[in-house]
Amino acid sequence: MPYSDQLDIRITDSSLRDGSHAKGHQFDELMVRSVVSGLDSAGVPVVEVTHGDGLGGSSFNYGFSLENERTLIAAAVDEAKQAKIAALMLPGLGTKDDVTAVADLGVSVIRIATHCTEADIAIQHFGLARELSLETVGFLMMAHSQVPEVLAAQARIMVDAGCQCVYVVDSAGAMILDQVTDRVAAVLGEVGDDAQVGFHGHENLALGVANSIYAIRAGATQIDACTRRFGAGAGNTPTEALAAVCDKLGVRTGIDVLRMFDVAEEIVRPVMDGECALDRLSLIMGYAGVYSSFLKHAYRAAERYGVSGADILLECGERHLVGGQEDEIIDIAVGLANAAR
Amino acid sequence: MKTSAAIVGSGNIGTDLMFKLLRSEVIDLRYMIGIDPASEGLALARQHGVEAIAEGVDFLFQDDHRTEIVFEATSAYAHVRNAPRYREAGIHAVDLTPAARGPYVIPVVNLTEHLDEMNVNMVTCGGQATIPMVYAVSRTVPVAYAEIVATVASRSAGPGTRANIDEFTRTTASAVEVLGGAKRGKAIIILNPAEPPLIMRDTIFCQIPEDADHDAIEASVDDVVSKVQEYVPGYRLRQRPQFDSATPSRPARVAIFIEVEGAGDYLPPYSGNLDIMTAAATRVGEGIARHIMEVNA
Repeated sequence: MPYSDQLDIRITDSSLRDGSHAKGHQFDELMVRSVVSGLDSAGVPVVEVTHGDGLGGSSFNYGFSLENERTLIAAAVDEAKQAKIAALMLPGLGTKDDVTAVADLGVSVIRIATHCTEADIAIQHFGLARELSLETVGFLMMAHSQVPEVLAAQARIMVDAGCQCVYVVDSAGAMILDQVTDRVAAVLGEVGDDAQVGFHGHENLALGVANSIYAIRAGATQIDACTRRFGAGAGNTPTEALAAVCDKLGVRTGIDVLRMFDVAEEIVRPVMDGECALDRLSLIMGYAGVYSSFLKHAYRAAERYGVSGADILLECGERHLVGGQEDEIIDIAVGLANAAR
Repeated sequence: MKTSAAIVGSGNIGTDLMFKLLRSEVIDLRYMIGIDPASEGLALARQHGVEAIAEGVDFLFQDDHRTEIVFEATSAYAHVRNAPRYREAGIHAVDLTPAARGPYVIPVVNLTEHLDEMNVNMVTCGGQATIPMVYAVSRTVPVAYAEIVATVASRSAGPGTRANIDEFTRTTASAVEVLGGAKRGKAIIILNPAEPPLIMRDTIFCQIPEDADHDAIEASVDDVVSKVQEYVPGYRLRQRPQFDSATPSRPARVAIFIEVEGAGDYLPPYSGNLDIMTAAATRVGEGIARHIMEVNA
């Protein structure tokens, strides 16, 4: 079933949320305005703007925002002509107050994320979001770590709570082709009558676009991407490439492909501090199943304590860390430095 | 002479608390009160010679069942209803729910401050574990901002915590300020489903002045850790405190890493988050019991 009469799938661009990790959470209002305006002009239907770790993420643990995220969200709402503005929140970090506040700012899509076995901590937030007439999306993060049946059961909890689209989220960029198919199909089988299914991919094993196509073929109708891969780890599925591939495959996204190439090159690239690279540490994240936003923290801890970033990330995988446990990276680095003495 | 007490709520927390109170030299645990006759907590109470009551809290207010102290281990919702009744009956309430009807108490910070209060609140599990560290820093140098990250095993986060996770973050953040002594507080909770379940781990970040005396902070932290160990032996530093100078995007800070291994009285040792709650409540209950005995003497 297509997303709507006009679109086969709906793409959400997360450059101004997942890209916040790559930017060290240092977006200013001008950058946000220019990126939103560019994406809006290319026909991107949804643009997500939040601290990388969700509402309330500005902190010692995740990095302080240069500019208050609510200022940035208000600017995005002001700038967008056709695009809807989305915001992300993680229960345990953000609260219902954050949801209410961004609804007041004009956000129309709230995306609520939990580790993929903990959906029940988001029940009250989905309920509130629906009361506020927000469109709701649920994120089952680190979806590679659980079998399809577990994801389906967790998706059911979210949908029963008021979630309108459940995303299979490959936070570690660790999923490979058929693994995407199996998970999307299982979730769709469970909640397909009541909700849509989405997919959020990372490039840590260079499969962002391919995995997204597998997800679409398995029935996903919402897909996340970041322009120029501007996201955590090796970055996210590149929006402009995904739009082009969909175009070639006859999958309608509503995005003007050539305009999108221009936006990626002329508007988004200048905002980035550097390209998101498929380097050794990013590859380790995909290979060992490590949450993509740990990358910059691992680089910093490796430098601060004179230890190997690769060893830090491998230990993150060993410890089965979930999203949000950035504090463990320091603990691991100190431990490695002590062991080396 | 012991002071009489009852536990209301025969779930995991209430049952673990029962084992701790049974060892107390100043508290006479008379009743374990629940609402489910088939609950394991009530069965264990019977086995250990504690009168098990399955018809709910009304029992306490009937005939001569009143105790001096009640430990509330139900839910915030239930405690909001019960609190005025305890007060009216002259029963001292130690509240283990996040209802926060009375002042916050963390034994190592302010045990003796509220012994006359008819209702005291035990904050949250994450608060009991982390606020002593904020206090250790803030009694040494001014702390403009403190942030705590509590990571608990999914299996030790009960339905109450899950259904109302905002209460955890709000109550803990507020107590980081009120008791921790930070000007501004923030709390983050993370559930990790890894098997075997991980022991509760907490990280405490405090903003400190650039010229803060690091040795003095470390000494204060070690001192408070040893005081918490008096009631939670499995409370320990995972690493030495880590100091970082200011950068353009963040102020100078100290990061403190702890883990809390439970005593394993009823709940498994990885549930240090629940153990520190019941151990702290026992300490507070004993403080109130001694105070009542002094007043009556």
